[in-house]
Amino acid sequence: MEFFNQITQYAISGLSTGAIYALIGLSFAIIFNSTGIINFAQGEFVMLGGVLAIVSITALHLPMPAAVAVAVVGTTAVGLAFERLAIRPLKNATPLSLIIVTIGASILIRGLVMLIWGKDTKALPPFSGDTPIEVAGATILPQHLWIFAVTLLVIVASRLFFHHTITGKAMRACSFNRRAASLVGIGVGRMVLLSFLISSALGALAGVIIAPLTMTAYDVGVMLGLKGFCAAIMGGMGSGFGTVLGGLILGVLESLGAGLISSGYKDAIAFFILLLILFVRPQGLFKKGETDRV
Amino acid sequence: MLIIKNLNVYYGKVHALKHVSLHLNRGEIVTLIGANGAGKTTLLNTLSSLLPVASGEIFLEGNPVAGLAADRVVSLGLSQVPEGRQVFNPLTVEENLELGAYLRYRAREPKSQIVADLERMFAMFPRLKERRRQAAGTLSGGEQQMLAIGRALMARPKLLLLDEPSMGLAPLVVQEIFRVIERLRSEEGTTILLVEQNARAALKVADRGYVLETGKVMLEGDASELLKNKDVQRAYLGRDKQEIEAAGLA
Repeated sequence: MEFFNQITQYAISGLSTGAIYALIGLSFAIIFNSTGIINFAQGEFVMLGGVLAIVSITALHLPMPAAVAVAVVGTTAVGLAFERLAIRPLKNATPLSLIIVTIGASILIRGLVMLIWGKDTKALPPFSGDTPIEVAGATILPQHLWIFAVTLLVIVASRLFFHHTITGKAMRACSFNRRAASLVGIGVGRMVLLSFLISSALGALAGVIIAPLTMTAYDVGVMLGLKGFCAAIMGGMGSGFGTVLGGLILGVLESLGAGLISSGYKDAIAFFILLLILFVRPQGLFKKGETDRV
Repeated sequence: MLIIKNLNVYYGKVHALKHVSLHLNRGEIVTLIGANGAGKTTLLNTLSSLLPVASGEIFLEGNPVAGLAADRVVSLGLSQVPEGRQVFNPLTVEENLELGAYLRYRAREPKSQIVADLERMFAMFPRLKERRRQAAGTLSGGEQQMLAIGRALMARPKLLLLDEPSMGLAPLVVQEIFRVIERLRSEEGTTILLVEQNARAALKVADRGYVLETGKVMLEGDASELLKNKDVQRAYLGRDKQEIEAAGLA
């Protein structure tokens, strides 16, 4: 019974970090689908979300909802500036050089935050207290519930956006065939900008909701970003359920591995999975082979 | 309707269009024939602003087109059905058609008008209606071509550019496509610029034609005259010299 309770506990905390990976994975996929680049600054957006929320609360004494809004809007503004200043001017660059630009941007953002904010690790207070709730012998923190709720909300909202609004459909069309998209009058540049906005907002949101559980420092984005990337790879870089499932599986495996074997292996597990998938199923775990008609 | 004056376009370092001038009158079907690499697709892509103009002018109903962004050209009333259909495979048939009206959604046109056009497309292409919730990638080649045409029509273009609509299709399907082209002109009054490898079929539906060779307009005239022209017959209609001479004697 003791063992079973332990497993449940690991599963719950695994699912909640997995949900975060899923959100970050989705934000990777959105930019990848519209531009063909992997944005390695994605993790910094997650870090910025957490940092901006903490600054809003401790320095500006804003209430929590306002702090969350500041974090998301502020990070989205950084995403906008990033696209305008670093991506758009390099119109005809290859994806590879753009990817290198994103790595540069990630180092720059991390460095600036370190200079301004320092190297301290700080925590955001939980959204609604930290009285644990007992479920099936395991304890759930209210923050876990927040994470599950927000993740669910994001999944539903993105499904609605991509399948039931003309802008969302245009983004999907654009990611499949840019040329044909511009022939029906879709402004491809606009879609790329939009993908950066959505993606940075999503990253920030992930960073805010996990900050109360894991604490935040200027360099948390590196690991979170890579884990999210791993989730996106598991989902085949699609912006749908595959990536969400990939994130959840990754989170649970990591948490079980850390609990049952050794917490030292936590990150190793994630990267072992990442390499395994890149070698064996680079198209993702759940993607069926697509056939094109000519 | 469309006037092209002294157009020069480079495709990389290749001088792909050399001093091309041509025009289309309202309600006309004009065909552009020529061998592979003659510059037909380059011309259409230049009109759609996918390629930059080096020099020369393009006017659509008096509005200059050269140098505009691709989406502005569509909103001026010029839509292209690209070579090889290029439908949005993962999206449904209905979504593909809706995206054809993307700029009309953006312009906040009443949704009822767009839905009415959607139903009009389904009436014109009943097979698309049966498959409206299916992913476009699962359609047959002919159905995809219908979808590509429908998608372009959803923008309510004044001028439709069709690039090789019969490419890779079975003869029966090709006939169907050409019937659709004739209907577009007679029922919708759409002006059409048609690029075709199948020169004979194209000249049969067209009013006028231009013959493009290595980026230059070599010949122009009424479609019926071009059909009878000996050089055209030899080069593009697959008749050899003896046949033509025999026909001339008879």
